Amino acid sequence: MARLNAENLATANEILSRYPVKKSAMIPLLHLAQEQDGYVADDAMAHIAELCDVTPAEVVGTCSFYEMFKRHEVGTYLVNVCTNISCMLLGGEELLHRLEDKLGIKHGGTTEDKMFTLEDYECLAACTEAPCMQVNYRYFHRIELDEAEKVIDDLRSGARTDIPPHGTLGKVRQHIPTGRSAGIVPPEQANEAPVWLPAPTPEGEGS
Amino acid sequence: MSNGYVAHAAGYVDNEGPKIVSSRFVHEDGHTLARYLETGGYVGLRAALAKTPSQVHDEVRDAILLGRGGAGFPAGIKWGFCPPGVWPRYLVVNGDESEPGTYKDRLLMECDPHQLIEGCLIACYALGLSQCFLYVRGEMALAQERIAEALNEAYAAGYVGKNILDTDFSVDIVLHWGAGAYIVGEETALIESLEGSRGMPRLKPPFFPAAIGLYGKPTIVNNVETLSNLPWILENGADAYKRYGSEASPGTRLFAVSGHVKRPGVYEVEQGVTTFRDLIYGDNFCQGMREGHDLKMFIPGGGSAPWFFEDHLDLPLEAKPVGAAGSMLGSGAIVIMDDSTDAVQACLRVVRFFARESCGKCTPCREGTTWEEQILRRIYDGHGRPSDIDMLLDVADNISPGPYPAAADPSQGLEAVPFPPKQTTICPLGPSSVAPIVSALRRFRPEFEAKITARASIPVSAG
Amino acid sequence: MTNVESTEIEGISVTVNGAEVLARPGELLIDACERNGVYIPRFCYHPRMKPVGMCRMCLVEVDTGRGMGLQPSCMITCSPDMVVETESEVTKKAQDGVLEFLLINHPLDCPVCDKGGECPLQDQTMAYGPGESRFVEEKRHYEKPIAISDNVYLDRERCILCDRCTRFAKEVAGDPLIHFQGRGNGTEVNTFPDEPFSSYFAGNTVQICPVGALTAKPYRFQARPWDLEEVQSTATIDSVGSRITVQSSRNKVLRYLGVDVDSVNWGWLSDRERFSFEAFNHEDRLADPLVRPEASMGSAKRDQLVTAPWSTALRRCAKALQDVDPNRIGVIGGARLSNEAQYMWAKLVKGVLGSDNVDAQLGDGLPADLVLGLPRATIDRACAAGGTVVLVGPDPKEQLGALYLRLRHAVIEDGVQLIELTPHSTGLSRYATHSLHPRPGEAGALARALVGDSVVESDIAGVAAADVNAVAATLKAGGPVTVVLGRSSAAESEDAVVDAAVALSSLDDVAFLSALTRGNVHGALDMGLAPGRLPGRQPLATGSSFSTAWPTMPAEAGFDTHEILQAAADGRLDTLVLLAADPINDFPDADLARQALENTPTVIAVDLFLHESAAAADVVLAAAGPGEYAGSFTNLEGRISQLNQMVTPPGTARPDWILAAELAFQLGADLELESPEQVWAELADLAPIYADVSPAALEAAAVEGIVVEGTSLFEAPAPLEAVSNDQYALRLVTRRVMYDQGTVLAHSPSSAHLSPSPKVALHPTDFERLGVAEGSDVSVSSARGAITVSVLSDSGVPRGSAVMVSHLEDARPYELIDATAVVNDVRVEPVA
Ligand SMILES: Cc1cc2nc3c(=O)[nH]c(=O)nc-3n(C[C@H](O)[C@H](O)[C@H](O)COP(=O)(O)O)c2cc1C
Ligand code: SF4
Ligand code: FES
Repeated sequence: MARLNAENLATANEILSRYPVKKSAMIPLLHLAQEQDGYVADDAMAHIAELCDVTPAEVVGTCSFYEMFKRHEVGTYLVNVCTNISCMLLGGEELLHRLEDKLGIKHGGTTEDKMFTLEDYECLAACTEAPCMQVNYRYFHRIELDEAEKVIDDLRSGARTDIPPHGTLGKVRQHIPTGRSAGIVPPEQANEAPVWLPAPTPEGEGS
Repeated sequence: MSNGYVAHAAGYVDNEGPKIVSSRFVHEDGHTLARYLETGGYVGLRAALAKTPSQVHDEVRDAILLGRGGAGFPAGIKWGFCPPGVWPRYLVVNGDESEPGTYKDRLLMECDPHQLIEGCLIACYALGLSQCFLYVRGEMALAQERIAEALNEAYAAGYVGKNILDTDFSVDIVLHWGAGAYIVGEETALIESLEGSRGMPRLKPPFFPAAIGLYGKPTIVNNVETLSNLPWILENGADAYKRYGSEASPGTRLFAVSGHVKRPGVYEVEQGVTTFRDLIYGDNFCQGMREGHDLKMFIPGGGSAPWFFEDHLDLPLEAKPVGAAGSMLGSGAIVIMDDSTDAVQACLRVVRFFARESCGKCTPCREGTTWEEQILRRIYDGHGRPSDIDMLLDVADNISPGPYPAAADPSQGLEAVPFPPKQTTICPLGPSSVAPIVSALRRFRPEFEAKITARASIPVSAG
Repeated sequence: MTNVESTEIEGISVTVNGAEVLARPGELLIDACERNGVYIPRFCYHPRMKPVGMCRMCLVEVDTGRGMGLQPSCMITCSPDMVVETESEVTKKAQDGVLEFLLINHPLDCPVCDKGGECPLQDQTMAYGPGESRFVEEKRHYEKPIAISDNVYLDRERCILCDRCTRFAKEVAGDPLIHFQGRGNGTEVNTFPDEPFSSYFAGNTVQICPVGALTAKPYRFQARPWDLEEVQSTATIDSVGSRITVQSSRNKVLRYLGVDVDSVNWGWLSDRERFSFEAFNHEDRLADPLVRPEASMGSAKRDQLVTAPWSTALRRCAKALQDVDPNRIGVIGGARLSNEAQYMWAKLVKGVLGSDNVDAQLGDGLPADLVLGLPRATIDRACAAGGTVVLVGPDPKEQLGALYLRLRHAVIEDGVQLIELTPHSTGLSRYATHSLHPRPGEAGALARALVGDSVVESDIAGVAAADVNAVAATLKAGGPVTVVLGRSSAAESEDAVVDAAVALSSLDDVAFLSALTRGNVHGALDMGLAPGRLPGRQPLATGSSFSTAWPTMPAEAGFDTHEILQAAADGRLDTLVLLAADPINDFPDADLARQALENTPTVIAVDLFLHESAAAADVVLAAAGPGEYAGSFTNLEGRISQLNQMVTPPGTARPDWILAAELAFQLGADLELESPEQVWAELADLAPIYADVSPAALEAAAVEGIVVEGTSLFEAPAPLEAVSNDQYALRLVTRRVMYDQGTVLAHSPSSAHLSPSPKVALHPTDFERLGVAEGSDVSVSSARGAITVSVLSDSGVPRGSAVMVSHLEDARPYELIDATAVVNDVRVEPVA
């Protein structure tokens, strides 16, 4: 699929403006591409390479390092079941197997209707709330096996609409109002201490 | 709630005791600016701005605020490592929380983002850091939303950005988020990731981020919880802070206690005075093991920490004694396992994590952790060979040349090997994979042997 | 050369395996140990790249005061009183462990691997490794070699992920087109899908890969290392003179490897240098002399060239040269020859025949007097920290690859400032502090403004006043300036470059690094293969030692190539010798060159290939190519280094110096020179600058070579007037690219197909004015003719210029050029 569309390009430029070095925006922009297409398309990576002033090979180098970036289509709902130690102790693997049965796929797979992709995931930082899973990175804590099945049913039937499609992370974005920004500080430019620090003493700046 | 849980702060237990960082978790709207201001928000920042930057630094140094990310290094001292006269300097907030068992930074980000923002501002003011990047773990969508909202409010209200509270203190805080890689929690990998690269750690020494960090400039990397302590410290002073906890570890700390206990949860606990026994068995805390089961082992500081046993329950939650006893307090993640736990399975699961999360830079970690996993898998699946155990230990030894830190085992006459381990790798991830192996084999070797002797004689084919 | 003595005095004392050694300040432990005879195994470390400490093979036990611990010796610098154990139990176990880890997923397909026999992994497994594999699991599998570029294959199963190739691509070449992908155990090196590693320097990755993961198409499965013989030599395809190892098997050159020489190429080669040997193995190489049957000569319809015995061919040559008025003889070329052959040809033509109509350049270079008369710089001087480089010349990335890498490194790593005064952007523009593009013909005016004392207020040569003032300020800020001086465009006369050079020569502390590109052209100038010049950088005008030593001496300065061709075209020449020259393709006025060959009674070509000009000759002498004779080469710094013989020439082809001797003999003269030794003995006698040069001295300086010092007098001409053009015309700029269809490239199977398609490039804003659409076919025309090519938009081309690549098939901009003009204007119009 595609390069970033006009709206996302505007968002991309806003994101880029917050970093002193363009390449730093790469991961946020890859997320944006994934939000647009549901996965990170090659063309999007080529577009991001242009925006960040790097080569596409560098973009794919970064993209492929991170678990969350999918380079091929996945289900509308990505179901991550934690099976790491705390969840394993309290039924994480059973939960995973139940969902494998329910969806008729092995973890790592995608249902034929492209609704669900199931993953055997590492620790999700909800260890006291085991077993736990995420759907498109929205948490389900201390989830019972039947409850998990119901989540699937409800998503499939459309009874549940609170979870945005795969790729959407925070629905609220940061915006820095014009005139309120302190201004990005490029590493090669500022050679002076910020204004609020008192003038340096001969030995240093006093900290 | 009678059981102490707070519904909107999943897992948080509002128990008795001092509340320094979790005081607003009980408010459902604790993440909004309005509630924050109502409950003493941005008072610490005002107090800081009333002082000179170096006075603020001194206050933090006096408080002995230990880093909460894992290494437990005092923030005030780390801050002093910025080389004088090199500008700009950056602040990077480590919100990548991914260590198995660890769950507290997410709560801080979801339930009290302004407290974190205020902490960032105080650090920036003290050290002349001119831009702050708040790196949140990619999988935490809600935390990202809450921080974005909080930042948008704070910018609008003049707490962040240009001329903060009408002073000449100006700093931008940029919300940045990752995309799924545990190793990015390691501070140099975090910086690589923030530069848009693969999160592969840089060798240190020679250069720590405080000297050469983001874009090659002095950079302070602090954990979310570490920074969340700053508003309180500035508001109440170092002396007040030191009234809690022990002399070496003042203040409180969030501990996530998970696994086979009656009331798993996130607790704010006084460091250094509370013991593991208090935490696991105390009424104010986890209230004991699951009905009908006894403690088999526990991990005192996240997946990377060597395991502890019954004999360690009376150790205080404090870095030094825990280290001397052969493990670490790490990231405040305590995983409790009872007698129903299969030691081989637990060991395999933790090792698998490190194998999956190895960044791939160092040969021993890249190849060795996967190999360890493969051997363990074979043993667990009943295809192990008698020589596999020693081979496993030798492979482990090539990642972390022994003796590896481990708890004493009086029954076998084994002494404790103090933390930290040696390493043939750049960062401690590879060596961390050895922790469960050595821990499990020292105590539960018969369990491994039982799986091997019980195996059906299926020959292992050569690759 | 590095002075070992003086650094050791201020050395740092380190204890290695119980013995005290001295390290240099800032030296990495791995280097200090190696310099002191203690080799620490390594895979990822490469002394020309930043250490990454990835492979962990170089772990050794180190104590810096806090107890022994394993440390990667490639990452730690020596500190006083460090104690190091490279052979302790702990060190050994760590190294064994790393090796075992590297091998568990390695396919161990050494018997079918190009690297087998010269593989550090294989060697270290023998030396350090465990005996048997304990790894019983399935190894990682990848598709066997994938082509990551036209000439480079990658076998990911063999790859040990040392980051050398990927670091090279980013750090050294600046082409990060290969990258690590995936993570952990699934990490691999690869390109972006469908975007190959098309770097001019990709071949270096094959050389530095410590295993057989990267292989080069021209060498794959050609030989096993133990079958190879090798000698050190110098790459001759461009004037950088990169040092190489030439390897052959069964009398066939199979591979060039870069040699790490501090002062020149640092071990790197451009792919053009690296793979150029293929051309010399080509079946089209001339193996025997050819002559045109005498009866048909002079008639409109000439007979074909036929193979002839050497005696016949040489006699025919002698006949055409004997008793001819020296002014009616012309010799073009000689830049391909070795220094020794150049001297002997100079002696033959000037000292025996008495003709000074000799020019090694083909109208696309610079006057010898200028190059030899300005203060010369070395590459090291240009690249020294704190200096400024001013580029007035061709794009180094396209034409002088190894120099490009040095300059790029100097700018990025050592803070050298780069200022470009070029007709369009170059491969270095992105690293330049200022990139100014003066209008063709007006670089001199710009240079005068840059060195002048006053602030300018309006545009100069099409460059904005603000930019002019900014660069002027930079130049005035001080520090050594090195002007990299060459001819960027053949459509602009050399006078324009001379003009700029003269202006820049007034800067304080300035020196010039020549960027004439053609092979051993600097040797040719030094040996007197230029009108008005004698060997040893001596002008013909001053009575020199050669006048008495040589049998005869030209009375006055002769013609340059342009004048020779004009004379020939006018029927004023009897005999024209093309000494490895192809004027039809290389002289920037193809028409004139063609007429010249047609109107000369006898044309003699000495060459490796029957190119267009040689095919029009009457006698063709088959010459030996690089690797087929011994001698020496002079690079753009004036550095002389050895050329060594590896194989014998094809058929009966003979080295150029022998041809000169035999021709002299046929002419009844005797050059009295029978070996390179004798040539140098005579030169040392007659030319003071060569007093210390001899084959033995060159052998002793086999690595760095010998830089010959000495400049001659140069008289600056008057400043050039700007030439105006009409507003519909565009100023033509020609350039050469790395992979063009020059004779050698055209005969290199691995590179021939890499040539770009011909295009004319214009600034984006010129399109509307001209009414042409990007990508469409246009007609580019001058008074000389018209060619049709497609048009490309390029913001690196200044407005009002039209840039065309020369030396491509089909579209030849040299057909449009009038070589007498200072600039050439063209019209670009849509084709109906
Ligand atoms: C493999 C590895 C993973 C880590 N993960 C985290 C993490 O997720 N969050 C964190 O704050 N620190 C993590 N750390 C520790 C950081 O490197 C660093 O010490 C910490 O962020 C410093 O902050 P503090 O001084 O405030 O504790 C990790 C370290 C290692 C070696
Ligand atoms: S130890 Fe593992 S995770 Fe850490 S840098 Fe090395 S390869 Fe990466
Ligand atoms: S050579 Fe030092 S780590 Fe590879």
